[in-house]
Amino acid sequence: MSFQVSKVNDVTVIEVEGQLIVGNRNELKNKVLEKIELGEQTFVIDFANTAYIDSSGLGVLVSLSKKIREDGGELRLSSLSEDLRTLFELTKLDTLFQIAEDKERALEGF
Amino acid sequence: MSELTGEGLVLEIPTDIHSISGAVDYVLSRCSASEVSARRLNLNFRVGLTEAIANAMMYGNDHDPSKSVVIEVVMGRDHVQATVRDQGSGFDPGSVPDPTRPEHLACSYGRGLFLMRELLDELCFNDCGNEVTLILRAESCSTFEGGASA
Repeated sequence: MSFQVSKVNDVTVIEVEGQLIVGNRNELKNKVLEKIELGEQTFVIDFANTAYIDSSGLGVLVSLSKKIREDGGELRLSSLSEDLRTLFELTKLDTLFQIAEDKERALEGF
Repeated sequence: MSELTGEGLVLEIPTDIHSISGAVDYVLSRCSASEVSARRLNLNFRVGLTEAIANAMMYGNDHDPSKSVVIEVVMGRDHVQATVRDQGSGFDPGSVPDPTRPEHLACSYGRGLFLMRELLDELCFNDCGNEVTLILRAESCSTFEGGASA
């Protein structure tokens, strides 16, 4: 499980590899908060290589989205598998996030 | 992690959130003989079991590493069942609000029990609320059909 951080133009892209769960959610949270401290405002979190997100992982995405919006920025999600999309739809979090089909589409229009 | 096996499986794991994923992977690896589809095992049962163990460790045992969580698994041909028990004083599952209501949608917590109810066929708590039993059956026609009413 790891988080690969890169930058495309002015957008911070974080790729979640493996799982986003209670055991590693704070690692993702700290990475994003560090970038916010450095003045970054726009983020894409990509789940192309993510097998599973638990409710704690969903929760950290919600709190990060709120923090980024409060700072005048924007968080987009991308590349949800069918199973992951189901979790977002069941919890209605698909209405809270902008979710793109893939990373490239998420980066469009920033 | 200890194992006492008959037609099922019993695990006792110390409270450590980093051990949840491994325990769930191990349980799922032992459910392959079930007629429950791999997809339902890997989504519905994985989610339900993960959330039950996480709730037991974080809320039941209050992150106390001296306390443990016991997981009893029954692998039937037409269903899988897991009972997760913590050493806490329990809670009232009826008191947990619906996280999909507009006023709760932006909360960063409170979705675990909801997902368990949505994805499992049955969800039963003991009287004091420190033990939950999850059942997923093979015959549900939809991958995501659940709708337990605990």
